[in-house]
Amino acid sequence: MSELTSSSSGGPATTGFSFENTIRNKHMLSMDGSGALPSPKKTGTTIVGMVYKDGVVLGADTRATSGSEVAEKNCEKIHYLAPNMYCCGAGTAADTEMITQLISSQLELLRMNTHSQSRVITACTLLKRRLFQHQGQISAALVLGGCDINGPCIFQIAPHGSTAKLDYTTMGSGSLAAMSVFESTWREDMNEADAVKMVQRAVAAGVFNDLGSGSNIDICVIRKDSSVDYRRNDVKPNEIKPLRDLINHSALLTMKPGVTPTIGETITIPHPTSNNGMMVGPSDYDTSAMEVEA
Amino acid sequence: MALPFKGGVVVCADSRTSTGSYVANRVSDKLVQLSDNIYACRSGSAADTQALTDYVHYYLNSWSLDTGRQPTVKTAAHLMRRLIYNNKDQLQAGVIIAGWDAVHGGSVYTITLGGSCLELPFATGGSGSIFVAGLLDAEFRQEMTQEEARTLAKKACAHAMTRDGSSGGVIRTVAISSEGVDRDYTPGNELPFGPSAPF
Repeated sequence: MSELTSSSSGGPATTGFSFENTIRNKHMLSMDGSGALPSPKKTGTTIVGMVYKDGVVLGADTRATSGSEVAEKNCEKIHYLAPNMYCCGAGTAADTEMITQLISSQLELLRMNTHSQSRVITACTLLKRRLFQHQGQISAALVLGGCDINGPCIFQIAPHGSTAKLDYTTMGSGSLAAMSVFESTWREDMNEADAVKMVQRAVAAGVFNDLGSGSNIDICVIRKDSSVDYRRNDVKPNEIKPLRDLINHSALLTMKPGVTPTIGETITIPHPTSNNGMMVGPSDYDTSAMEVEA
Repeated sequence: MALPFKGGVVVCADSRTSTGSYVANRVSDKLVQLSDNIYACRSGSAADTQALTDYVHYYLNSWSLDTGRQPTVKTAAHLMRRLIYNNKDQLQAGVIIAGWDAVHGGSVYTITLGGSCLELPFATGGSGSIFVAGLLDAEFRQEMTQEEARTLAKKACAHAMTRDGSSGGVIRTVAISSEGVDRDYTPGNELPFGPSAPF
């Protein structure tokens, strides 16, 4: 337990709410500016989705930010909802993750009750009701896509619980850049290769023109026959290893294994009877015997 | 907006949904079917009005199932009014309820933000409504034909879309009568008034 937390009882409570951070939070808020509470990770994001002839394509960048800092360079924003349905999330990372997990669970139970494939409109209704119930407090802006007996479809769901069924849509801070790609190039009944290329270009527009978006591009293709092609890191336009390799590091900083000469080495096997013969930590070794013989 | 004609009523709306200065959806559908013979025109918060129309749709549907009858427009309007009035602190919803029923024929109700329900000869609502108030006062007549009412609705809507920044996109209309419903769509470059895209 950190020294900042206060707890009257010794051990952690086993039931009920935990108020152990209440005093710490009050203290941190009372400190002007410097002690503001840690803010949740907001995904300044580009997420997109579009319908094509034989299914839907979803796309997302992989940057998560907290304030102006990049908190995570390769996060997953395309969430699983059902075998025939995936959902891109923008907003607070924790909120998008939890609401998609919750609805995914409800859909699975519904499938077990009805013995039939989940429908995209069902997921949309469950999501919008939950979001409306919380009056925008759950900051999740979603692009829901999937295929069911009614064919492929995409839904846009805003944090307050309004929804729209669309042929193509974008959400997040990079939505304007991505929408410009769709508005200028989207056509009806496209083939899969062209659709994937367009989604890649739309997310790339967000990645390069929006500060909140960046890193790699994830793609998810869901076809009419319910087959799914989840392509994690489909495009990696920000690979930095080749750039790093270009830099000439000082030999002192890039020491290869074996540069320090070993004069002698003694290895002592720990005593077999102590601690049931399990090695759990450095104390099991006889450290004095490992000292280098100079 | 909703304009009655001889034997029915026309409802009409633009298709713009905006968040701040960004058009979140340029092809949205603000005309929602509540029952076979009743439509709602939504304005205000999209989330609030969608939740409200979902509730009214559900209540009317179970009412029809219970009684085996078609609900009247008045029933739908007062159901919506009750929901809005009881929750007015938490809602931002201006709704027009219009339709045709065997008891009253074509009728139009408007429900204000505060939750009062008014039956009107015709109704306009939303941010663009002030731009067409005068036009409709001048051109609206009782007992128009369906075609006349639809043409006037589209004309008024097109005028609102050119003057109001929060309105735009396409025009959707639905004519409701004893014959049933007839949907119509006018693309943004074929509006009866205003500039049309040159490409």
